[in-house]
Amino acid sequence: MEGLGTRIFLRLWVAVILVFLFTPIVLIFVYAFNTSNIQSWPIPGFTLKWFTSTWEDPDVRRALGLSLQVGLAATALALVLGSFAAFAIHRMTWFGKEVVSLLFVLPLALPGIVTGIALNAAFSFGGVSLSTFTIVVGHTTFCIVVVYNNVLARLRRTQGSLIEAAMDLGASGLQVFRDITLPLISTAVVAGAMLAFALSFDEVIVTTFTAGAQNTLPLWIFGAIRLGQRLPEVNVVVSFVILVTIIPVVIAARLTGGGATRVPAAAKS
Amino acid sequence: MAVATARRPRPKGGGAVPFSAFFWRYPWLRPLLLLSPPLFWFVAVYLASLVLLLITAFWTTNPFTTQIVQVWNTDNFQIMFSSVTYRTIMSRTVLMAAAVTVTDAILAFPFAYFMARVASRRVQTLLFAAVLLPLWASYLARVYAWILIFNHSGILNWSLQSIGLPPANIGYTNTAMWIVFSYIWLPFMIIPTYAALERVPESLVEAAADLGARRWRTIRDVVLPLALPGVVAGSIFTFALTLGDYITPILVGGADSSLIGTVVYSNVGIANNIPFAAAMAMIPVAIMAIYLFIAQRLGAFEAL
Repeated sequence: MEGLGTRIFLRLWVAVILVFLFTPIVLIFVYAFNTSNIQSWPIPGFTLKWFTSTWEDPDVRRALGLSLQVGLAATALALVLGSFAAFAIHRMTWFGKEVVSLLFVLPLALPGIVTGIALNAAFSFGGVSLSTFTIVVGHTTFCIVVVYNNVLARLRRTQGSLIEAAMDLGASGLQVFRDITLPLISTAVVAGAMLAFALSFDEVIVTTFTAGAQNTLPLWIFGAIRLGQRLPEVNVVVSFVILVTIIPVVIAARLTGGGATRVPAAAKS
Repeated sequence: MAVATARRPRPKGGGAVPFSAFFWRYPWLRPLLLLSPPLFWFVAVYLASLVLLLITAFWTTNPFTTQIVQVWNTDNFQIMFSSVTYRTIMSRTVLMAAAVTVTDAILAFPFAYFMARVASRRVQTLLFAAVLLPLWASYLARVYAWILIFNHSGILNWSLQSIGLPPANIGYTNTAMWIVFSYIWLPFMIIPTYAALERVPESLVEAAADLGARRWRTIRDVVLPLALPGVVAGSIFTFALTLGDYITPILVGGADSSLIGTVVYSNVGIANNIPFAAAMAMIPVAIMAIYLFIAQRLGAFEAL
């Protein structure tokens, strides 16, 4: 029903929005190769020197190490807890199902700052000093829902008849799980884990409130940008973080046919 | 065990794994066992923290020792609502959230319309990926990119100069904050709007045309009302995310850019007044509760 004029207008609009969405991201990658340590446009030339200096920076290395550690620990915990929750909710029929479901989604629905300060208040009340452990607790809380959503969505699309058939043929509960259920849901579990890791690796708000003196990579970036220091290294680190968060998401999307990433991750803020 | 076995026959093969027969006999047991660890985590860690946050909001700190005084009072809320500074910050936050939401709705609608109703299947998938990629690309990276853009000698002024316009110095202002927020949350608006537009039945659009409605009339009276729940669903994200953010105001805002999130942040870090921060954090929660209530009335939850 759209006339030619409307079509041209819509095409132009889409083009402008795409430029708006991608220019800033492309720009960061360009600045990472900037020869000058002053961030002005256009950059005077291309160099790889900041990549070496960033790699050799002990602060960046320590922050990267902590981010990887926290990301892996939170993902592992979220994987177990989120899958358990999805299996339980999928089988349950009782009235409390909706309430429990809502509870798991709450860390995404509430602003990150609320989750962050709530955990901070609880740790300070309980006399738990902030450490790597408290960061992992914070990250796990919002990562569970990503795994939970993915696994539950897959379970709902899985045909119960396959499991019933296996049982009819005499498979034990463990056999059914290993040979039927697990192969059917494995890609959803992996996708959930990928998204959880991407979420954790980039998280800054909850981390601010649950980290003690130590820095994760996003906390290091935030501090450096705020003070306007070491910006050439920030360019490199930030480009790296973009890649580390996007690659798992692309893999997750491939594994689930795009379904996994459709749930907007409000926890990103 | 023996009695139970008599009541229900053992399933074949169940003998190999005794638990499996046991679970089969008590079907509610397995979900319960599975649910306990995650539920424990959420109740013990998360819900308990939220409840504690609410209670903390009604405590105060001793200004000399910065120790928390666990006496129930409403001082924090009184300070918040009586002080002009905090009232300004609260209204600025809500206005900013509203401005960002409206901007994103305007930017997103034609884009989502094209995706849902004009683009071919292939282009649709590509555009979908193009919207999702920036959403997942590092949040800090995207805020930082705008610092580079707004920089005095950044790409914005370079572009303005090259077409003969005077430089725009919008870095570290509320305008900068508004642009960055609109940029960052835009995918959150496009996706639900697109989902809602995709579900508008073609037959209704054809019916409107048959009845003589012109193109714009059809969009205004048929497509727009049906897509509204999607826009409202998107606005939940753009609104809530702006209400709770402190990174963008700190990094791209100026001296007059404090938002609720900034106050919470500075009271936890520098001032170490957790009760006041807790009270302040209740404001976005309260606003979102009201907002979600209205959104639910408008049918936004089905569009999420």
